[in-house]
Amino acid sequence: MPNQPGEPIIRVRGLVNRFGTETVHDGLDLDVFRGEVLGVVGASGSGKSVLLRSIIGLNRPVAGSVDVFGRNTLAMSDTDQREIEKHWGVLFQDGALFSSLTVAENIEVPLKEYYDMPLRLMDEIAAFKIGIVGLPEGTGEKYPSQLSGGMRKRSGLARALALDPDIVFLDEPTAGLDPIAAADFDILIRDLKGSLDLTVFMVTHDLDTLFSICDRVAVLVDRKIRSGTLEQMLQDDHPWIRSYFHGPRGRAALLSEPEHLAKDGIQVAAPV
Amino acid sequence: MPPIAAALVESEEPGSLVLAATGEWLVETAADLDRRLRGIEAPKDRRVTLDLAGIDRLDTAGAWLLLRTEHDLTARGNTVEMRNLRASFEPLIDQVRTAGFVPPARHPRPAHHTIAGFIARIGEISLGLVTRAYSILGFFGLVSATALRLVRHPRRLSMTAMVAQMEQTGVNALPIVGLLTFLIGVVIAYQGADYLRFYGLESYTVQLTGASILRELGVLLTAIILAGRSGSAFTAQIGTMRVNEEIDAMRTIGLDPVEVLVLPRLFGLLLTLPMLTLCANFMGVFGGGLMAWGELGIGIPEFLTHLSTIAPWSFWIGMIKSPFFAVIIALIGCYEGFQVAGSAESVGRLTTLSVVEAIFLVIVTDAGFSIFFSSLQI
Repeated sequence: MPNQPGEPIIRVRGLVNRFGTETVHDGLDLDVFRGEVLGVVGASGSGKSVLLRSIIGLNRPVAGSVDVFGRNTLAMSDTDQREIEKHWGVLFQDGALFSSLTVAENIEVPLKEYYDMPLRLMDEIAAFKIGIVGLPEGTGEKYPSQLSGGMRKRSGLARALALDPDIVFLDEPTAGLDPIAAADFDILIRDLKGSLDLTVFMVTHDLDTLFSICDRVAVLVDRKIRSGTLEQMLQDDHPWIRSYFHGPRGRAALLSEPEHLAKDGIQVAAPV
Repeated sequence: MPPIAAALVESEEPGSLVLAATGEWLVETAADLDRRLRGIEAPKDRRVTLDLAGIDRLDTAGAWLLLRTEHDLTARGNTVEMRNLRASFEPLIDQVRTAGFVPPARHPRPAHHTIAGFIARIGEISLGLVTRAYSILGFFGLVSATALRLVRHPRRLSMTAMVAQMEQTGVNALPIVGLLTFLIGVVIAYQGADYLRFYGLESYTVQLTGASILRELGVLLTAIILAGRSGSAFTAQIGTMRVNEEIDAMRTIGLDPVEVLVLPRLFGLLLTLPMLTLCANFMGVFGGGLMAWGELGIGIPEFLTHLSTIAPWSFWIGMIKSPFFAVIIALIGCYEGFQVAGSAESVGRLTTLSVVEAIFLVIVTDAGFSIFFSSLQI
């Protein structure tokens, strides 16, 4: 879909979400630019998933506007909404694979829904998507209940990529994976972003993921977003952000990736 | 949005067949391109050149089509060359190439679509029935043993849980059980009066309604309603707890799931089903009486006289059956709940199964009782 360079591919303005008396977002603004990996972090219950669901249309906000590809998704006909949905893919936390279908059939669901394709071509597409996300041969015939957590996430990613979307939304892609699998998943996302020209919107808790693949970080604090490059966020003096990045885990992750910070002249304090 | 278009143009060059790909090779155009590419006929040993200069946009589906064509033609003995690929598309092509040529996954086909599969399936189901019956019997034994153990330590039974179960399965079921049996009483009296009037015996309507409700329908309807209402709830509750690993958590803490989950449900239902049956009997007879009064003008004293001619055994037979039905419903409901494994999908499947099985067993048992009591001539 055509989009001016420099224009945000997702633009959220004045978003308000309220559940009962609890306000989750209060006038939240956020921009996501084409070709970047944006990491969204925040305390548990700060509304990261609600933000994601508001952008992809699963949750209707109380107020505010959400523009994707320069078009307001909240004031959109169902046909236009479907047209836009073709251009994004979503990976839910545990993959959300359809349990009655095999992995290959799961990947074929969006293809079947949107295009009139010969079955053989769909099977071929499903097979190479399984290869692209790094799943072993034969995974396509398995059912979701026969897969490990990491494989389910990869299968979910393959389904999210079935239509070659411009944007992928990832909800805690590395949660529940062992560190090696999580690092592999990070590398996979980075590779795919490079070769498939993806924009990635990622909700995550994983500091290593933030440091290794995110171009920009958006932090949900006080019902609003503070965003910037990792370097900018490291120097932010908001107490939650400080304790997030400069706590023991933050420092450890920082120390393991010092090279791309050093060029910006940032001193990494050694743990005391 | 501009229309998306892609094309493939064949032309001849000295010593080579040139396929010029142009336009947008995307998943949108893939179906069309797939047909075109499969239709290409290159004579064996012919050189084929894929000219990619005209491709404006490319995604993995388009890249796959190009690579598959290259692969297929090479396999047929042609020499294939790709040229003029834009540098910006190279990572994409490489990505798809490294994914490799994986044979597509077979779609699972239900085995019983063949004759041999059909016969095998019948055998499987029959064997399954036997093992299932055996397994349910085992579960019954386990529950009985746990219940016996409880006799020695009666304080281990959680009264709170049992009372909560009795509220859910008993008090909350009262309106629906009462209403349905009342309506059935009305229907039987109404239909019965019609036929009996034909023989001039319409005053026997009260006996007909009373005997059928007390002996059979009151308890049977109550049991069927509870199988659908509470048996299914037992399976779903215990099944969900299994999916959430709550049962495993109980075991690690040293709680016995049978004692904590099954016994309160079983004892609760054992108490509520007879009570509900009593209410059902009353409402059914009341409905019949109302009908007899409205339709046939049978007043209260006359009604009571007619009712007292029904053998008291009819009432007791209905009541005797109710605890048996309670045990069947509670056992099947809990048993199927424990059978849940893995996914949430199986909760739904087993809940259906539990209701069907419970109703089936209730009716079979009822038939057994009929034979038993008639052989005793009561």
